[in-house]
Amino acid sequence: MDLTFTEEERAFRAEARRFFRSEVPESIRRKVTEGIDLTKEDIVTSHRILNARGWATPNWPVEWGGQNWSPVQLYLYQDEMQQAGVPGPLAFNVSMVGPVIAQFGNEATKRRFLARAANLDDWWCQGFSEPGSGSDLASLRTTAKRVGDKYIVNGQKTWTTLAQHADWIFCLVRTDPAAKKQEGISFILIDMTTKGITRRPIQTIDGGHEVNEVFFDEVEVPAENLVGEENKGWDYAKFLLGHERTSIARVGQSKAQVARIKRLASLERAGEGRLIDDLRFQEKLAAVEVELKALEMTQLRVVAAARHQVKGKPDPASSILKIKGSDIQQVLTELVMDVVGPYVLPYQSPEDGSNEPPVGPDYAVGAAPSYFNDRKVSIYGGSNEIQRNIIAKAILGL
Amino acid sequence: MDFDLSDDQRLLKDSVERLIADKYGFENRKKYMQQPDGWSREIWAQLAELGLLGLPFAEQYGGFGGGSVETMLVMEAFGHGLVLEPYVSTVVLGGGLIRGLGSAAQQAAILPAIAEGKRLLAFAHVERHSRYDLFDVVTTAKREGTGWTLNGAKSVVLHGDSADQFLVTARIAGGQRARDGIGLFLVDAKGAGVSRRGYPTQDGLRAAEVTLSGAAGEAVGDPGAALPGIEHAVDRTIAALCAEAVGVMASMQELTLDYLKTRKQFGRAIGEFQVLQHRAVDMLIAEEQARSMALFATVMADEINPVERTRAIAAAKVQIGRSGRHVGQECIQLHGGIGMTMEYKAGHYFKRMTMIDKLYGDADQHLTTLAKLGGLFGAAA
Repeated sequence: MDLTFTEEERAFRAEARRFFRSEVPESIRRKVTEGIDLTKEDIVTSHRILNARGWATPNWPVEWGGQNWSPVQLYLYQDEMQQAGVPGPLAFNVSMVGPVIAQFGNEATKRRFLARAANLDDWWCQGFSEPGSGSDLASLRTTAKRVGDKYIVNGQKTWTTLAQHADWIFCLVRTDPAAKKQEGISFILIDMTTKGITRRPIQTIDGGHEVNEVFFDEVEVPAENLVGEENKGWDYAKFLLGHERTSIARVGQSKAQVARIKRLASLERAGEGRLIDDLRFQEKLAAVEVELKALEMTQLRVVAAARHQVKGKPDPASSILKIKGSDIQQVLTELVMDVVGPYVLPYQSPEDGSNEPPVGPDYAVGAAPSYFNDRKVSIYGGSNEIQRNIIAKAILGL
Repeated sequence: MDFDLSDDQRLLKDSVERLIADKYGFENRKKYMQQPDGWSREIWAQLAELGLLGLPFAEQYGGFGGGSVETMLVMEAFGHGLVLEPYVSTVVLGGGLIRGLGSAAQQAAILPAIAEGKRLLAFAHVERHSRYDLFDVVTTAKREGTGWTLNGAKSVVLHGDSADQFLVTARIAGGQRARDGIGLFLVDAKGAGVSRRGYPTQDGLRAAEVTLSGAAGEAVGDPGAALPGIEHAVDRTIAALCAEAVGVMASMQELTLDYLKTRKQFGRAIGEFQVLQHRAVDMLIAEEQARSMALFATVMADEINPVERTRAIAAAKVQIGRSGRHVGQECIQLHGGIGMTMEYKAGHYFKRMTMIDKLYGDADQHLTTLAKLGGLFGAAA
């Protein structure tokens, strides 16, 4: 047992730190740390800087631009990226549709989409959830009917994150209405400019526009856009969701948030002194730090165990990371509000076009929106209750 | 980065686990508790034979030169068995104090005797108002000729009733809570001016109240500046207790899971009810987080920088305390009535878990320590 990193791993970490902090613009990284919404341009800029180095898609097969990194290297890469406030490469491209196409798509599909997804030439969004299908995803009702060399798609997707920027959507659709619900689903790629697609923004409680509804009305999709086999989509979706969970602990991001809270608390007063010197506040923060350190160690245990496991098969322990990681992220947003105090109140939309200086300290602007917005992290990616179901079944055998 | 055990470590783990499985069943444990010392001399001899009593000591002192990982493996297995013997008092803490502070002559005299199972030690530091503060000492030591004379009263001395020698903290200078002026003294338990009253603890182990009235003591380390060495030995002990706690928690988790799968109500196994499944998952998460921090404490137990070590050990003890309370209470609740009975194992794990939190600083105390040191991540401005 040796819990120190090897010389090579330490050198890799230092290189990652240098790269993220010197190559990705500070203006973008600051927004991430302060919880301010990124523009499409911010995300594309940052993503392409990573991809120019081959660092947007390290988890992909090497022939399609992957890095063949060890689990430890992948961990260090994410940790340094998050601590530097670098927005992750667009997850819909690199963690979701990319790995599915690389694993299950045919050669033509791979050639057509993978390089463009890696460089964010195509912006992908995810068409899984529907108004009636949340945690019970397999109950989805959007249909794709095969007619000649086309599928005709009808239905509605919802919670479609950043669909307003998207060029393409990967969808789960029902291709066999007669089959058992998991067995009649297919995974299909749809051009967002196709006739019959309508997007409607959903405003969330933080005031932002991140998610959308997407309607499909007699949308014609070439049959070649099907990934893998018809009616095997549920398997591909499970593969994809496993990928999503392993990166969801966000330990690096929470570490950066803790450091930020300490910085801000040294600027705020409490009684006669500084908030950072108030023992009750210190203890509240320290309690979260303990959980975070434990989570980091748990994640490293999962990472180290990955060496002994079948590649590509998600470890059910990643559900533990998801639950604990999201808990910690949420508690930290509460602490930022505690630090900011009454300046939590002013609602200051970055889009209102006003030239007035912000009310109160500039770091207060995102405090409440981040708290409101981060309620999502225990809901998406398989709600924490679904994660508990997974653990109960896969680990505890209940 | 590698959490795998070496071949030797795996061997050690297997042999301790086998000993616990063979000799430390629930019924056997009850018998050991009935023996005059409240634990088994026979088991103690077997631990000596297996080399466990000299595990952390250098080979020249009859030991195996084991590190904190080896101690962790032993302690986790002991947690599963709810071991009653004075391993922590004598080997981990007593031996650790001698190893860290003792002269070559003291080490040569005491460590081999411990390894052979012929010497029992107990650390006497708690006083009526000290709570967990190792530097809060009223007991005095005065130089007399070549030795020292001690006066004072020590409380809740773990395994103090069977110890051959006490390792006593006493003050040679300074006020009650001064960090300077504290010494560590070896005191013969049967010497003149020493009296003790033994009693059982809540978890079925033993402790004693010890009174020193002009008792003769031999200094271990610099008698005016022993505190840093004492703190390091206690930090190593906390790491060992964290490992024991993980063994206790894992046992509670195992028992509970078993019960959920076999207990039938309303015509089905109660583990089919989602509300209980989710509670079992939360127990698992608490246990895994505790296991992670016990590992962290294990690797940090040998850290020389006392501030970094203190942060790590404090953080681990907070996690162990909180996780342990959660897992313990849920274990009893999910068992229902049977969990309340002395005749069933679960309650005994729960009691040990509860007492571990109160050894060498509870979760609240360590949280305060960690908070005052600025936490674990990112420098406070």
